[in-house]
Amino acid sequence: MPLVLELRGITKAFPGVLANDHIDLTLEEGEIHALLGENGAGKSTLMNILYGLYQPDEGQIFLRPRNRSAIPASAASRDGLVEVKIHSPNDAIAQGIGMVHQHFMLVPPLTVAENVMLGLESTRGGIFLDQRAAAQRIREISQQYGLEVDPDAYVRDLPVGVQQRVEIIKLLYREADILILDEPTAVLTPQEVDRLFSTIKNLVKQGKSIIFITHKLREVMEIADRITVLRNGRVVGTTTPAQTTPAELAAMMVGRQVDLVVHKESLTPGEVVLEVKDLQVLDDRQHLAVNGVSFEVREREILGIAGVQGNGQTELVEALTGLRPVIAGEIRILGTPVTNANPRQILEKGVAHVPEDRQRDGLVLSRPVHDNLVLCTYYLPPFAKGINIQEDTIIATASRLVEEFDVRTPSVFVPASTLSGGNQQKVIVAREFSRPVKLIIAAQPTRGLDVGSIEYIHQRILQKRSEGTAVLLVSPELDEIIALSDRIAVMYRGRIMDIVPAKGVNREYLGLLMAGVEASEAAKVAPPTIGVEEVERVF
Amino acid sequence: MGEERKGTASTQTVTRGKQPATGAKKERGILIPPAWQTLLLPVLAVFTGLVIGAIVIVITDAAVVATYRNFFRAPGTALAATWHTIATAYGALLYGSLGNPREVYEGMRLYLSTGDNTLFLRAIWPITESLVAATPYIFGGLAVALGFRCGLFNIGAEGQLGIGALAAAWVGYSITNLPALIHLPLALLAGALGGAIWAAIPGYLKAKTGAHEVVNTIMMNWISFRLSDWLLNGPMKAPGYRPITPNIEPTAALPRFFPPPIRFHAGFFLALIVAGIVYWFLFKTTLGFEIRTVGANPDAARYAGMSITRSIMLAMVLSGALAGLAGTSQVLGVDHWVGQGFTAGYGFDSIALALLGKSHPFGVVLASLLFGTLRSGATRMQSLAGIPIDIISIIQGLVIVFIAAPAIIRWLYRIRVERAEEVVLTRGWGK
Ligand SMILES: Nc1ncnc2c1ncn2[C@@H]1O[C@H](COP(=O)(O)OP(=O)(O)OP(=O)(O)O)[C@@H](O)[C@H]1O
Ligand SMILES: [Mg+2]
Repeated sequence: MPLVLELRGITKAFPGVLANDHIDLTLEEGEIHALLGENGAGKSTLMNILYGLYQPDEGQIFLRPRNRSAIPASAASRDGLVEVKIHSPNDAIAQGIGMVHQHFMLVPPLTVAENVMLGLESTRGGIFLDQRAAAQRIREISQQYGLEVDPDAYVRDLPVGVQQRVEIIKLLYREADILILDEPTAVLTPQEVDRLFSTIKNLVKQGKSIIFITHKLREVMEIADRITVLRNGRVVGTTTPAQTTPAELAAMMVGRQVDLVVHKESLTPGEVVLEVKDLQVLDDRQHLAVNGVSFEVREREILGIAGVQGNGQTELVEALTGLRPVIAGEIRILGTPVTNANPRQILEKGVAHVPEDRQRDGLVLSRPVHDNLVLCTYYLPPFAKGINIQEDTIIATASRLVEEFDVRTPSVFVPASTLSGGNQQKVIVAREFSRPVKLIIAAQPTRGLDVGSIEYIHQRILQKRSEGTAVLLVSPELDEIIALSDRIAVMYRGRIMDIVPAKGVNREYLGLLMAGVEASEAAKVAPPTIGVEEVERVF
Repeated sequence: MGEERKGTASTQTVTRGKQPATGAKKERGILIPPAWQTLLLPVLAVFTGLVIGAIVIVITDAAVVATYRNFFRAPGTALAATWHTIATAYGALLYGSLGNPREVYEGMRLYLSTGDNTLFLRAIWPITESLVAATPYIFGGLAVALGFRCGLFNIGAEGQLGIGALAAAWVGYSITNLPALIHLPLALLAGALGGAIWAAIPGYLKAKTGAHEVVNTIMMNWISFRLSDWLLNGPMKAPGYRPITPNIEPTAALPRFFPPPIRFHAGFFLALIVAGIVYWFLFKTTLGFEIRTVGANPDAARYAGMSITRSIMLAMVLSGALAGLAGTSQVLGVDHWVGQGFTAGYGFDSIALALLGKSHPFGVVLASLLFGTLRSGATRMQSLAGIPIDIISIIQGLVIVFIAAPAIIRWLYRIRVERAEEVVLTRGWGK
């Protein structure tokens, strides 16, 4: 296949970090090229350069010209490519390059059509936006590539998976030939991932080329034509799924062997730490999102909550941490009722919370890393004496945590916003896991992390369990739930369908519960437990 | 914002990869680190404001414009006239606001040798007037800046300032026979309290009901204007025809350091001390930490167990107290009474000062000194060079526009900025 893009010697330094170090990369027509690498390896930076958001310090970008006859005879042409300078996203779009960011760039109060048109408003003579034509075009694109979406829906009402489709339509509307998808699957349910993959296959079949960033080795093996692995801003190697294995990829990424199997010692659970009885919670639209949920989590025990995202897990966690009112039922921590207590009262009971939306709840992006590392403890000794903040202590502690949890940052003084997505997550985990706590409530704690970091965080969770902490783990990754949990609760439409021991659990049974089949019915089809299996961490 | 950064000296460097390649070529303008940009941009904004101000001065001067009709015959004349006009205007501005160091030196020498201080006092008069003008600006700028830090837009500084001034004046004139040591602090306290109460109302409404503080502080402004009209024509009116309060007792006045006409008073030092306290409060205390977190990301603040209600109330009350002190310092230090139209837009200028000072207490002090200097120099510029005082308003306005829209300055001076630092409109994780 002919090349459509070549990056040569791309180099980009940020204060204190060499994010890209002479990176070479090629992309063929109709190719799905996966970009792999640990957190902070420089994947997003490289793509931001290609998309014109950053200017490279060194290096060249060669593209296949959109209009072949326009190739100037003198142009530095190679394989039919010409060198281009991309100064802005507008340049990139003009050259047929489009990007869906790790963190979406949609305007929630606008409609799908308005979001798609944003920046290239076509007007029908005068100042009025030609919404109808845009909506029509969006429908055509939806049809052609199988991207179902209602042009008149408001973005804020759409689930993440659909928002992502809007982002992709935005690119196709701008007639992009090269699509960059930065960690598109991190926020999707398995079903949504399947849909995305069929969309992607559809796109390449119609001649588009795709650069796909992910941390999930299984996805890479499934969908990529070629794989390029970055580490410390450099290309470690390029390979194909046929020539490699997940274990080898993992080793290439982090530069050492990664233990893909979770080793869990068997422990006897102790006292009940968290007790939830007949809990009812409303969602933002005042619908019953948690509908009579009861369970308990004990010391030295991990209770995993499985289920397709959007079945009340978010609201459940928010209610448990005091962020959302409880309308009925009871929550007790170590025997004390904490129903509708405020977040601080709950924190002070010894609860750590890794929130689902890290940029919204978990971090203050504009503030330095050190402040983010004490976000929940800044008012307690040794970080404060009376009302006086002890800055030196905070900085010393933060520096220690950054090292201990291997957060890749030039220093603790940079704003959290400059950290790569995965390293932002590590800041939160470092903060929450370094406090003495009785209960950890972790919502998708490894989302967006590389395999090395996942291994590390899993070890941390298990270590906390050994120390006697109770853990409530909410994750849409069934592998993660099965690998870590002692018991698994499946949530569906605000109810817990069943709670089963994790040891030797039958995936098929869980799958049925997740799809809404009642436990008694499901057990007839598939027994809840079968033989013991080892679960690999190749999410 | 740059002030939370600790320079480059980090105790822990966990850099991956090598140091940045040297000799990297830069494209499209100069790339200046964000920390420096926060300092550089205001300076360039002021500079550009002065340049455009000069252009306005020239094109509004009929005599200079006339020389341009003969530009091709006598370009020298036109350029000389232009230069002369600008030099006279800005020279007068400078002289009017800072005085002449040589005169100060001469005056000082005369005073030391003969004990006659008239020359010395005359020489330092301009600069003391600038400091007098800067004093209420500092308090007002701090008030708005503190609100900004909590994500609150306190447009009500104007009203809070007026109420504070009235409260201070009332304590100042109605209580007699108190020693200054008690009377002055009491009057200051009353002024701060007046502003605080005035701000507490919209603060409470915001914290408890979410009612927008911009709307409510504007309404409180109108209420304060009418309330002071009524008070000045009724309960607080001094005997006589004019709607003004009686003079405050000397025991309530902020001490002055020189004989009249020099009005320089202790309020200036108080303002500097308060700026230091605000800095300490915002950046060194747990309460400030909370206020800044609520301002930067209320969701994260709630998650971390902070009380948003409390932070908003606290920020609003303190903001009001500072605004109150702005009015108070003017009453107790300069005027000694309050009349109609007393606030004179100080509260609104404060918004500009907070913006110009990047909501940092020390930035506000610098911005206030600049505005105070421009204001007091303008009077002199009018009398010496015949340049209307409004030029200064134009320059101030331009500076504010440039600060509020830094893209203009970046474009003018070709300062490059990394795009990805721009705001992310929506976040992809969850919801
Ligand atoms: N605007 C910026 N200012 C300073 N440093 C930055 C900036 N953007 C990225 N970096 C640094 O550059 C390095 C590479 O970041 P990048 O976001 O490209 O990583 P990534 O490979 O996408 O990681 P992840 O998988 O965690 O998203 C990181 O060390 C990061 O801290
Ligand atoms: Mg990234």
